[in-house]
Amino acid sequence: MAGDAKRRQSEWAALLAGSTLFIVAAIVWQIVVSLGVMPPKLFPSLVTVAHTFIRLALNGVLLAATLATLYRLLLGFALAAIAGMLVGGLMGRYKWVEDTLLPIVSFFYPIPGIAYAPLFVLWFGLGDMPAILLVGFSSSFTVAFNTWKGVTTVKSIWVRSAQAMGAREADLFRKVIMPASLPYVLIGLRLGLASSWRILIAVEMLTSVARGLGWMIFGAQQFLDTDVMLATIAVIGLIGVLLENQVFTRLERMTVVRWGMVAA
Amino acid sequence: MQAPSITTGLIRRTASTQSLAARAIPTLRGVFGAVVLLCVWEWFSQSGVFSKAITPSLEMIFRAFVGMMADGTLPKHAGATLLRVFAGMTIALLIAVPAGMAMGRSKFFERMLKPVVNVLMPIPSLAWVPLIVLWFGIGNAATVLVVVYAATFPLLYNVWSGVRSVNPLWIRAGTVMNASGSRMFRHIIWPAALPYIIIGIRQSFGRAWIAVIGGELLASPDWGLGKLIFDAKEYLNTDVMLAALIVIGALGLFFERVVFQWIEKVTVNRWGMNVGPS
Repeated sequence: MAGDAKRRQSEWAALLAGSTLFIVAAIVWQIVVSLGVMPPKLFPSLVTVAHTFIRLALNGVLLAATLATLYRLLLGFALAAIAGMLVGGLMGRYKWVEDTLLPIVSFFYPIPGIAYAPLFVLWFGLGDMPAILLVGFSSSFTVAFNTWKGVTTVKSIWVRSAQAMGAREADLFRKVIMPASLPYVLIGLRLGLASSWRILIAVEMLTSVARGLGWMIFGAQQFLDTDVMLATIAVIGLIGVLLENQVFTRLERMTVVRWGMVAA
Repeated sequence: MQAPSITTGLIRRTASTQSLAARAIPTLRGVFGAVVLLCVWEWFSQSGVFSKAITPSLEMIFRAFVGMMADGTLPKHAGATLLRVFAGMTIALLIAVPAGMAMGRSKFFERMLKPVVNVLMPIPSLAWVPLIVLWFGIGNAATVLVVVYAATFPLLYNVWSGVRSVNPLWIRAGTVMNASGSRMFRHIIWPAALPYIIIGIRQSFGRAWIAVIGGELLASPDWGLGKLIFDAKEYLNTDVMLAALIVIGALGLFFERVVFQWIEKVTVNRWGMNVGPS
């Protein structure tokens, strides 16, 4: 009983400590607003931001923008996952592919995807197309690198014993290489999804898509709607957390963690 | 991660047992791959599927590169970009190292700062750009702020895990030997956490590099490689854009593969303190 009470007390202390900075920040924010240092259009009160958030959430604007962005994310990430796993897998399995492609992949890898945005706009016009292609292109490198690393770390004794037992290349791939490299591949996919998300928000600002969260921030800037911008940033952060913590962590728990390949 | 062993990898021989010719093959294949890529580009450029104005030939890109090098604009753009990255990284270090240390050492700071980190970290730095531009105007301050935002969190996270992973035995040994707070920090915590800080700096640079180019595209300061690309688009100077992209790639590769790998070699690797995925 005493331990229980003590734990509850420490939970309360954690909650209190955790919310301190938020409360302080909110108070400072409101003081700055009421002092009128910045024009309210540029520095809206938290009440206004909350109002705007509720208004945009209720009239469906936020939902439409979120869906449009997620649609682009899905297509772009699918592209990155397919291309990345294919290239990374071939590089890991065949030495000559690795030798041929590694310099190219290493060169393009550190170029920020966003730097291609103006180029992709020239090539593919404005709208969805360049955004999706750019997300796919720039995130595929992360997936490819991790897949490559995963396949090269498959124990060669497993490969050789499967070959000795007469496994064909297709069986070898499906039953040995794929499961054995999965921990790395999943890390690659998780990092790829996170980088897709970051890139997509910025790309939407440059390719002027019809609707989308990044575009909403950018459009709101033109009309000095700071409250809209802050509300959108909040949604972006929320979706970022969900993408990072839900999608692939679940998949990892269902596969590699369950198989005992990595600690939870 | 996994320590490399003889069984790691699919039947790989060590370089020392190979003949010179066998060792030259990977390089030749790499050159071959690059040449094929360049040839495909040149063929595509000449084929006229897209206008030459938007898929310039290799010669045009090269000319644009040489021209901008000769009149000094390209070095000036690159210098401005690098300066912003370094300024942003320095500020990020000044924020992240003390905050990460405090979070690693004291339960109170960890409880106070962790929720803030958890809320701010998943927001892409470039999502803030339009807001930052409204508050601070276009130009240097806005771009550097974006870099600071992007660079702080990976660093903070690494410093925090570094300090937490200091062998508790060393700390207890220090306590037993009556080490004062500052000596404990200087002789035990700082050296033990340093590998994580160095790896954090490398990760931060990757993020900062993306943020600075994106920031320059969106916040349009006077100079910078991102700004160069953005301006070139207005005038359909695709050759300039591609030349700038190559410089961005080369600089990124230089820092990632030469500078940081060297730093890690002379510090972390020499101390035998490899941590985490490299």
